[in-house]
Amino acid sequence: MSGAKVWALHLAVLVALFAAQYLLPPYHATNLARVLVLALFAMGYNLAFGYTGLLSLGHALFFAGGMFAAGLPAYHFGFSAGPALILSLLGGGVLAGAVGLFALRTAGVSFMIVTLMFAQAGYLTLIYFNAWTGGDQGFAVPASGRSLFGFALSSDGPRFAVAWGLFALGFLVCLALVRSRFGRVMVAMRENEERSRLLGYNPFVVKLIVLVISGLYAGLAGGAWALLFGYAGASFATIQYSILPMLYVLLGGAGTVAGPVLGAALMFWLIELASGLTSAWLFLVGAALVVLVLFAPKGILGWVREKVWRGLP
Amino acid sequence: MGLEIAGLSAGYGPVTVLRGVDFTARPGEVTCIMGRNGAGKTTLMKAIMGLLPGTGSVRVAGVEVLGLPAHRVPGHGLAWVPQGRRLFGPLTVAENLEIGGLLRGNRPEIRAHVLRLFPRLGERLGQVAATLSGGEQQMLAIARALCLEPKVLLLDEPTEGLQPSMIALIRDAVGQLRAEGVAVVLVEQRVEAVLKMADRVAFMAHGRVAEMVSAADLAPGARQFAEFVGV
Repeated sequence: MSGAKVWALHLAVLVALFAAQYLLPPYHATNLARVLVLALFAMGYNLAFGYTGLLSLGHALFFAGGMFAAGLPAYHFGFSAGPALILSLLGGGVLAGAVGLFALRTAGVSFMIVTLMFAQAGYLTLIYFNAWTGGDQGFAVPASGRSLFGFALSSDGPRFAVAWGLFALGFLVCLALVRSRFGRVMVAMRENEERSRLLGYNPFVVKLIVLVISGLYAGLAGGAWALLFGYAGASFATIQYSILPMLYVLLGGAGTVAGPVLGAALMFWLIELASGLTSAWLFLVGAALVVLVLFAPKGILGWVREKVWRGLP
Repeated sequence: MGLEIAGLSAGYGPVTVLRGVDFTARPGEVTCIMGRNGAGKTTLMKAIMGLLPGTGSVRVAGVEVLGLPAHRVPGHGLAWVPQGRRLFGPLTVAENLEIGGLLRGNRPEIRAHVLRLFPRLGERLGQVAATLSGGEQQMLAIARALCLEPKVLLLDEPTEGLQPSMIALIRDAVGQLRAEGVAVVLVEQRVEAVLKMADRVAFMAHGRVAEMVSAADLAPGARQFAEFVGV
């Protein structure tokens, strides 16, 4: 598949997502904004897990880190959304770098456990400093912090525009990254770390760079969530928020650029639909995942790439 | 200068496998390593490449590489093609070559050189590596290593399990590399292949090089094959 076609296809996805706000009822348009922010989070997770093979259980820390890096200055010091978003980006990246320096000395199951422990420590830290963070109850981000270039992010239009804009930025950067030489080194690292080392690559450095990029995505998504939907809380640092992006990626297709947004959208509306039908909605979600693992273990776009379109990035 | 190993000892944790290996591979020669299973051939490759800690000396073109982290060893002119190829399956032939040559700046002349050695790969640049035949995968594994412009190339049973036409192509490529002045070290178990390709043969036993002889002095029924390889 030629480069021009790949870019055209992905730009078409972005245009379709932007147009969806005018076609969907307001309730679902707001939900789509949530999906886009979660998809941004999942895209970062996908770079680490889908492309580089880093199965982390600590991404909730980077998401919550970005959320509080944006939310706390907005709440306590009256920061507006622009600087708060930049802080969220930095918060996620710095946390990922710090965790990576330790966690990347391990691999496989040990890496999962170490990242999980860091995330749990982060969660407990947020609870411990509840005078500042609001603990489990969190806090509502004030209107002054939810303003970007004079637009109130609490309004549907600007909220969707910012969610889409951040998603689009992450989507295009992700596409450029995985199609670059570094992107191929990431895949080489996932496929065979020892072989990559024998070609002269330092796995620790490559994986640390990827983890930091992944943390930047997660942090920005966390900050966007706080500012667009007006709430930050320690519950976003729990393990559930490390597992969700993994599920989105597995459902949409690990190692595909568009997989995370497809997975996030399907999972979001599956939960929405299932929770409307029964209080045992997790059972339905679980059943759907079992079907997926049985019939499309590489996820939806992973299946498409295997059976239909080998060049799908 | 090539590869000079002196007194190399290495192993896995408390288990010592190599016990003072002395070995040289000269530029423009093919040096074969033979030995029974467990003699230490693959362990020797791993120790040379920095994947196992060891004591002694491993010099490439006069530069000591023992003790360097594994990812820094290829930069000194060593490349290893291990048994089993281990390609990056989802990437194309071109992308595998690109990754191999990234540290050398992916210069076009390097790419042209490896494609001259293996023209068949040139016809399959856009093909995903996992879908290549066994022989083509082996060619790609060697080509990818050559993108590092090695002074010393270590090949671990490169013709194992391949059809005769592919074996001939790989032998031709090895001959070409020898002519270009590369020091080729070949781990090989088959007598016929050794006699066709080798300039010198090192026989390993019990973690040491027990004998090093000129291939010209060996015939199919030579004592060393029976004693050190069991054929």
